[in-house]
Amino acid sequence: MSKAKEALLAGVVLLVSRLRRKPRLKERERLVATAPPRPGWELVALILLLATAICAAAFIVVYALDRLPRETQLLGLSLGLAFVFLAAALIVTAKRLIVTEELEDDYPVIEHPDEQETVAQLVEESGDRLTRRRLFKVGLGAAGGAIGLALLAPVASLGPVIDMDPFYGTPWRRGRRLVDENGRPWRASDIEQDNFYTAFPQHADREELGSPLVLVRLAERELDLPADLAHFPARGIVAYSKICTHAGCAINLYRAPLFQPAEPKPALVCPCHYSTFDPATGGDVLFGPAGRKLPMLPIYVDALDELRAAGNFDGPVGPSWWGVRLRRPRTETSP
Amino acid sequence: MTRRTASTALALVATLAAAPAAAAPPLSDLAARGYHLYGQYCIACHGANGQGVLQPVPNRAGAGPGRAQEQQTALAPSLQGVGALSADFYLRTGYMPLREVGMQPRRSRVLFDEGQIRALIAYVASLGRGPPIPQPHPERRNLSEGMKLFTDHCAGCHQIVAEGGYLTGAIPPPLENATAVQIAEAVRIGPYVMPRFSKKSISDRELDSIVRYVQYTKHPDDRGGWAIGHLGPVPEGLIAWFLGATALVGICIVIGKRLKRE
Repeated sequence: MSKAKEALLAGVVLLVSRLRRKPRLKERERLVATAPPRPGWELVALILLLATAICAAAFIVVYALDRLPRETQLLGLSLGLAFVFLAAALIVTAKRLIVTEELEDDYPVIEHPDEQETVAQLVEESGDRLTRRRLFKVGLGAAGGAIGLALLAPVASLGPVIDMDPFYGTPWRRGRRLVDENGRPWRASDIEQDNFYTAFPQHADREELGSPLVLVRLAERELDLPADLAHFPARGIVAYSKICTHAGCAINLYRAPLFQPAEPKPALVCPCHYSTFDPATGGDVLFGPAGRKLPMLPIYVDALDELRAAGNFDGPVGPSWWGVRLRRPRTETSP
Repeated sequence: MTRRTASTALALVATLAAAPAAAAPPLSDLAARGYHLYGQYCIACHGANGQGVLQPVPNRAGAGPGRAQEQQTALAPSLQGVGALSADFYLRTGYMPLREVGMQPRRSRVLFDEGQIRALIAYVASLGRGPPIPQPHPERRNLSEGMKLFTDHCAGCHQIVAEGGYLTGAIPPPLENATAVQIAEAVRIGPYVMPRFSKKSISDRELDSIVRYVQYTKHPDDRGGWAIGHLGPVPEGLIAWFLGATALVGICIVIGKRLKRE
């Protein structure tokens, strides 16, 4: 640990020493009046810059911890204070540390090619009061860098980059009953054609993404499932994840035609962006922005006419993530 | 209303003649009148004795008084067993006659008078055993239960204050003009692509609550002040921004003027 620290420190020192001050191009007549250094104000500015960096770092820490009480207020306070301190540091620098002079006329018109040099000289000489220039630069860099990092911190909320494992877990396993919102098991005879029903896993967390299902009964002749999904329905009842594969909204619209020959065919529709899925073909996308088909759950009817899961979904549940198509969901081992 | 081209009349006569005479049941006077009206306005699509036309049949006479009287494809569901409930709903909402086969039925001008509607309902009811016209009693039931049930079963498509919505391939209608009986009928029928709710899913008592809530949505209690079409936060936000931005621009102008004066 200490070795790593030393290496880091050595690296920083090396980097700073390389940013050596360029030698003045040539000695010229001063443009800016000389002024005595003000070490006291310099210290104030440096402390303010340090406070900026600390506040910005505090923002990152609070954001990363994600479990403090009054987190929102702390986030606002830390980022707000960072900007207040930065503003104060800049004001102190401008008012107390940069040499200012009052001129009746403008600076004399500068001709090429000395122009750039003159501007550089002006800047250089304006900073004459600063006795610890390099430290000042480091302070500014630290403040700016910390604020920049703080502003980038929310990017981490876009999701995990490495560990996608939690996304694949669902509470479904063979034998688990399908229950309604009151915890009553769904019976096959409850599920009528041209209507749709919501189901949850019995004795499991309903808030999990993989929990809610939408149940639909179709006429056996309407089903047109691919071979690997052919055994998924039970008595014409098909079960799909209720969570849209586009943005994770709950699918709560069902298109149930009264007279199929002249009307649109049955479809599950998400109310958010109108992704439309075909319940007859295994949840294929018929329309809308969804990129994957709706995950289907294999079910069977037990001796008591109750619906039970026969396994897990045929694909990952919910909105897409990196590598979503590479793996199949697994059953969580927790009770 | 009775003006038809000679060819249409001919086609209708031919179709009526083709109907098997033996299938005609003994009809009441009202139903007998409905039988003739059915022959005039409905048979082209729904077929003889309401048996339906389940495969597209080209070049049948158009249906509907004074509507699209051109030749068009016939395709319509069977009316046997749909009962007085369906006939009452489709005729009194103006859903039938349909302008064109395959289009979504919309609430439109009712083209039959009261006597004709009664006659047609009596005839359709005589085609098979079917549900009677429901008699909802919303005043007996509970508004908050109605709101909960409406949220669960209806609001996804019809929007929470029944302003209607949008679905891929269909338009769930607003319910502002739906009568209590029509709401009760629609829940049981599931017109067009609407799901159908049996008494097991929504009991008659629960349905009464839903009807009461839908009637409430016609004049809801707008706690926030302006209703802005009851369309929710987006138009409300738009208006807030519009007012807010106007106020800010006004303030800027005032500030700018003061500076100029000095």
